[in-house]
Order: sequence, then C-alpha cells, then structure tokens
Amino acid sequence: MTAIALTAADKLFANGVRALQPVTLAVEEGEFVTIVGPSGCGKSTLLRLVAALTEPTTGRVGLWPGAPAAFQADRRRLAFVFQSAMLLAWADVEKNVRLPFDLGHARAADRELAAARVNRALAVVGLEEFRRAYPRELSGGMQMRVSIARALVTQPALLLMDEPFAALDEITRLRLDRELAELWVRERLTVLFVTHSIFEAVFLSTRVLVMSARPGRIVGEVAIDEPQPRAESFRLSTAFAGYCARLSQMLATGMEPTAESAAA
Amino acid sequence: MSRAVLRYGAPLGVGLLLLGAWQAAVTAYQVPSYLVPSPLTVLATLQQDWGLLSRSLAFTLAVTLAALLLAVLIGVATAFLFVQSRVIEASLFPYAVLLQVTPIVAIAPLIIIWVKNTSIALVVCATIVALFPIVSNTTLGLRSVDPGLLELFRLYGAGRWDTLVRLRVPGALPYFFAGLRVSAGLALIGAVVAEFVAGTGGTVSGLAYQILLSGLQLNIPRLFAALFLIAATGIVLSVLTALCARLALRRWHESELSPQ
Repeated sequence: MTAIALTAADKLFANGVRALQPVTLAVEEGEFVTIVGPSGCGKSTLLRLVAALTEPTTGRVGLWPGAPAAFQADRRRLAFVFQSAMLLAWADVEKNVRLPFDLGHARAADRELAAARVNRALAVVGLEEFRRAYPRELSGGMQMRVSIARALVTQPALLLMDEPFAALDEITRLRLDRELAELWVRERLTVLFVTHSIFEAVFLSTRVLVMSARPGRIVGEVAIDEPQPRAESFRLSTAFAGYCARLSQMLATGMEPTAESAAA
Repeated sequence: MSRAVLRYGAPLGVGLLLLGAWQAAVTAYQVPSYLVPSPLTVLATLQQDWGLLSRSLAFTLAVTLAALLLAVLIGVATAFLFVQSRVIEASLFPYAVLLQVTPIVAIAPLIIIWVKNTSIALVVCATIVALFPIVSNTTLGLRSVDPGLLELFRLYGAGRWDTLVRLRVPGALPYFFAGLRVSAGLALIGAVVAEFVAGTGGTVSGLAYQILLSGLQLNIPRLFAALFLIAATGIVLSVLTALCARLALRRWHESELSPQ
C-alpha cells in the first residue's frame, strides 16, 4: 500500500520565497526513501509537508491515501526525528521517551502499556541502563538515540527523519546509520529520510531522490538494489561507488540553474 | 577541599582582616564610639539591645518576606498573562516599566497616606520594588522555548495546557530563579526605604526605624548594630534563593552544574 502520496504539492513562504516547486511523489510501505540535495533546497520543507507541520500552497499531501479515513487520521502512525535531539533538558531519559504518551494524540489510558513500550524502545536503542540519566549527561550520539527511542515509542509505521545524524561526528554517524538500517528491517518501518550525505543515502536507502537547488524540485531518482540489511563491506564495494557517482552527477546537474528557476 | 576553602574561606578571611584593621584603627586612634564604634562595641550593643533589635528584625523580615511572596504571586501571574497574547503584553508592559523606574521614595508617601495600616503600606511599597524582575524574567523564560520543541509538541497533538505545563513552565524556571534572587534583595531594600519614609509616623518599629532613631539620639553603636542586621538579612535572603535555584535546577541546568 502507498504510505505517502504527494500530488503536485508546492510551497510558497509568506514572504513570497518559493521553497518547493510542485513535487509528485509516492512512497510505498516498507520503503526506505532518502532525499538528498544541497542546503536550503527545500528537503526539510518536503518532510514538514508530509508531517503536516506546514500546509502545501497548492497540490495535495496524503498519508495512506487508499486507507479508510479513520486510519488516515490516526497521527500515531507517524513519528518525526529532528536534526537535533530535541529533548526536554529537565526530564530524564525515561520521561523523554515517554513524552508522546503524556501528550494529546497518544495519551496513554493504560499506564502499563506506556511503561512496556518505553522499556522496549529503550532496549531497541540500547539505553536501558541510562533511563535515569539527564540529556546533558549523555553524548550527542546517545541523545540522538533517545530521540529515536521517543519516535519509536508509539510504534509508528512511518518515520520521518530530517538530517538526524548531521550534527554528529563521523564515527558515531556510521554506527547510527548501521543501527538504523537494522532497525528498519526489524521493525518493518517505512522511512522518509533527508540528508546531504550521498554515502549515507546510498548505504541506507532502497531509493534515493535527488533535489535541485532552491526552489527545490526532484531532478532524479536512483534505486539501490542491494540486499538488506547491508554489511559494512557494502561501503567499500564497486557497486557502492557506482551509486555514489551517479548521484553526484545528478546533484551537479541539479545545481545548475534551470530555465524555470531562472524565469522565476 | 581547596574549592571549599576558596569559596568560603577566602571571603571570610577578608572579612576578618577588615574587622581586625577596623578594631585596631579605632583602638589606636581612640576614636570615640559616637563617631565610629569598634566592631567589638557593635557586638556588645547587639547583645545588650537584642530584645529591641530582634523585634525590629522580625518586623522588617516579615515585611520583606510578605512583599517577596506577593511579588512572586503577582509577578508570575502577570507573566502568564503577558505570554497569552502579544497585545496584552504590548499594552501593559510599559506600565510595568513605569512602576519599575519610578523611585519608591517618591511614591511611598502617597501609599502610606492612602493605605491606613502602615504595615500593609510598607508591604505594598516593597512589593512594587520587587515585582519587576520577576515579571520580566518569567515572561522572557516562558517565551524562550525552542521552536523545535514546540513543533514536537504540536506533532503529538499537545494542547495549550500541556505545552504550558510540560514545556514553557519548566523551561522558564532558570529565568524565574534569576529574577527571584534579584527580587529578594529588592524586597528588603523596598521595605527599608518605605520604613524610612514612614518612620516619622512613629508607629512602626523595623530596623530602618531603629537606624533613624539611633541617628537622632546619636546612639551610633546601635545604628551600626541595626545596619549589620539589615546587611545580614540581605545575605541570608540571597543565599536562600540561590539554594532554592540549586535544588530545583541542579540536575539539568548549566547554571547549577558543579564543575568537574
């Protein structure tokens, strides 16, 4: 089933700046789709459209368009991981992960269910021993793990991730990439991932979309047909280099001003 | 260990040194105690007049604490009102500033005339002085929320109440405590200044009144003793509010971290 459907959705900011040219895009359930593009190209705007954090100026954005209305309206199927961990500084790890159950949509009628889900999410990211720690006592990578645990705690079907590892050091980033790849297979998630790292995109995704410079437009698409989950050795393979080369080529083409954007 | 010595030992050492020099100078030059009493004379007066001075201390302390409590209640409520809408804040904030910049000595006589009960009049004056830091800091704190966290809350369908209680209020605590510490000092200053203005009425018996009276009677040792008590009260208040902040924030806020 289709999880995300964008139909000619575009975005004009209030100040008249066009962030996104009309985008038509379908993401199937179980896919790991990554959007790569230069900074400020509208990747984040696209993600925010999907999360309904902002409305498209024209066009339509739909989640599970084929499903019944009640299913579509259930916001718990969606979770968002931001560029920074976005944790509550005054709450320990456990309370941070529990947060979705304390707020609106996901308010837990059943405390035991919430407790069990929190335990499971902490186990998934390997932070059970740190449940009483406060965010500032954790490293950047661990903070991001808490953020991912918080996203997983509602057992979402769709995970939206906006450059989640961009602020981390390379070593931590590689490890979290690997963990995310395993997580995606194990939890049967649908992921829409935004990054400006071609390597990260190729390693993680089943499909990579390339966006042009602002105003953003999808200029190309590369399917990464490799078995999952991928071993670290995939990064060193000729196939990996080939995918990266193709994506670099597309990005370079996308950077050149097009006739449309020159006219705009 | 050496940190504790530095933190408490060093200022204590300076204090003792200064007192010693003072004592020595007064003794050496035989300065009469109606000009500058020696520290030991002040200590003796403090002991001798303790009955009188302790009652005055209790009165000034009561006025100060009542004013601080009122300033916290009114200040926090005002801050909550301000963050509800920019219109409210824009309309009322200039008047909060007006209240802040008008010297309390200038309006204290009016308040003392208008409010029949002098004790209440003093509390009103001190509250006015102590109010502003709490209002401005708490308002700033309630507003200083990470927009990303606001978005996260929206994503999970958090209502206004949840956002206030789980996000804005905890986030505002460090700002509030910074305001509280300033206000505690201001409440004491407000209480003392108001008492000076009201003092000639002769019905109040706070520490400022003792200073005024001792000055008129040239009882300089008692004046110094009262002065010492006011300063000590200020220090205790400052330490107590810092302690409150520490207890509330030590686990998570940068300002209260003990350096490793």
